[in-house]
Amino acid sequence: MIGNETGNTVIDIENAVVSYREDIALRGVSLRVKRGEFVGIVGPNGAGKTTLLTLVNGLARLLQGQVSVLGCQFTSGTGHVLRKKVGYVAQMMSLDPRMPMSVHDVVMIGRYGRLGLFKRPSKHDHKIVDKVLELVSMTPLANRPIGHLSGGEQQRVAIARCLAQEPEIFLLDEPTASLDWKSKMDILELVKMIHQSQKLTTLFVTHDLSAIPVSCNRLILMKDGFIWNQGGVSELLTDTQLSKLYDMPVHMVQRHRQEAVAA
Amino acid sequence: MDLSILSYQFMQNAFLAAFLGGIACATIGVFVVLMHMPFIGVCMAHAAFAGALLGAWLGFNPLLGAFSMSILSAAIIGPLADRGEMNPETSVGAIFSLMLGLAFLFMGLMPVTKSVALELMWGSILTNTSSDIILLAIVSVIVVGLVSLFYKEIQATVFHRDMALSVGIPASVVFYGILFLTGATITVSLRSIGGLLIFSLILNPAAAAYQFTYSMKRMFFLAAIFGVISGWIGLLFSYFFNIPSGATIVITSSIIFIIAIAFSPKRKVKRWQAKNSAEGMHD
Repeated sequence: MIGNETGNTVIDIENAVVSYREDIALRGVSLRVKRGEFVGIVGPNGAGKTTLLTLVNGLARLLQGQVSVLGCQFTSGTGHVLRKKVGYVAQMMSLDPRMPMSVHDVVMIGRYGRLGLFKRPSKHDHKIVDKVLELVSMTPLANRPIGHLSGGEQQRVAIARCLAQEPEIFLLDEPTASLDWKSKMDILELVKMIHQSQKLTTLFVTHDLSAIPVSCNRLILMKDGFIWNQGGVSELLTDTQLSKLYDMPVHMVQRHRQEAVAA
Repeated sequence: MDLSILSYQFMQNAFLAAFLGGIACATIGVFVVLMHMPFIGVCMAHAAFAGALLGAWLGFNPLLGAFSMSILSAAIIGPLADRGEMNPETSVGAIFSLMLGLAFLFMGLMPVTKSVALELMWGSILTNTSSDIILLAIVSVIVVGLVSLFYKEIQATVFHRDMALSVGIPASVVFYGILFLTGATITVSLRSIGGLLIFSLILNPAAAAYQFTYSMKRMFFLAAIFGVISGWIGLLFSYFFNIPSGATIVITSSIIFIIAIAFSPKRKVKRWQAKNSAEGMHD
């Protein structure tokens, strides 16, 4: 553990104002997340969802407010230390198909931050990599070049790399974007299984209503850099709420949701 | 083969320079190829060339000028590529042409002999002095040493900078470190290979190695082997046909690259995959 956590709270954000490039991306956001909680963060593009995640792993530019993650106060110098304990899965990256790295190599990168400078991966690190590859059902492809995998497989590897970090917080930023329906469902199922088996504090960002993990304990709706509403999944995922969130007439929200279900 | 040429001191120096320069340039080339930054490398090489000519014109050590200008260009280009807000190639292109313009300006302003300028342009590995070799050796050892020492940080950064950053690796420090080493390597190889040609010796061996392996470690080894072979074969051609060594070395490295492309097993895999997926579609 990095510092003193207050009670069971692992993420404590107070009135954070954050800039992204020339814009203000978060305008006074406050959020508390307890250890083991599974939080879904939903909102349209540009709502500040990704920026909220970068605040948790110390990559954001905090202009105002207080942020404490795993008991560690946000300052520009603490980022590296914190990131070793926070796993981050981004959207599918475009990879060079001829990149000279195997699946095993990529997952091992998850161990590198923890290992620190001048240390080479030990047997123990290789064992952890094998274990997480097994967990995400990628053992048969361990020696495959990373660029040869499908989108869904690459995201499984990204999740494995994250777990190899043995993180205390698990951040997922649109992990199902640009995946087909089947791969999307597989990834959601995998995230759910990981949360349930490891009780890992999980923040899951998506703009895609068909990719909201139903198992999350709490849903946060974001819009224009604010937390617009939060509560239980069934309570918030109503046509009326979504019509206000996405500035869309209720009948259109209903139609889109029906289409999403049919797809 | 007649080995008597090796009894000459200048030939021994040249072979040693080709060996050291080949390894250092090829190692840097692996970064250039995998981080998709060939244009940045070209720009730094021309900045070094301009800096060396500035030194030759104003009467200070050309290598000092080369190193300063190349690092200066990296200091301008690095943040542009870093921000990632737009494709940095437009700005890099502007800086590249400025560097070439400056190089020719300094050459034109030189009062008397232009032989120094021409040597810096296409290189002369046969006139390397012992101090040139020592400098090359120091930089080569530093480049190879740092790559071995920080291999895992480098591997992660080269694979994906944002991802490396997100696992707690200081990816920006690694990136700027790589640019710094690129500047140093270009500077010490300038006299042997020449300012206009050096970039080919950086790019070609690594690009050839890239065709043969899916392991980054092996890519570093193969690139170094191709770099040294390019240097030695080019050197022999230069000696026997009395033609500029920089040109023969660079052309040899280009031929190795073309052969690598033709025989790349990765292309075969692609063809096999294409064939398989075509068959799959018929099913």
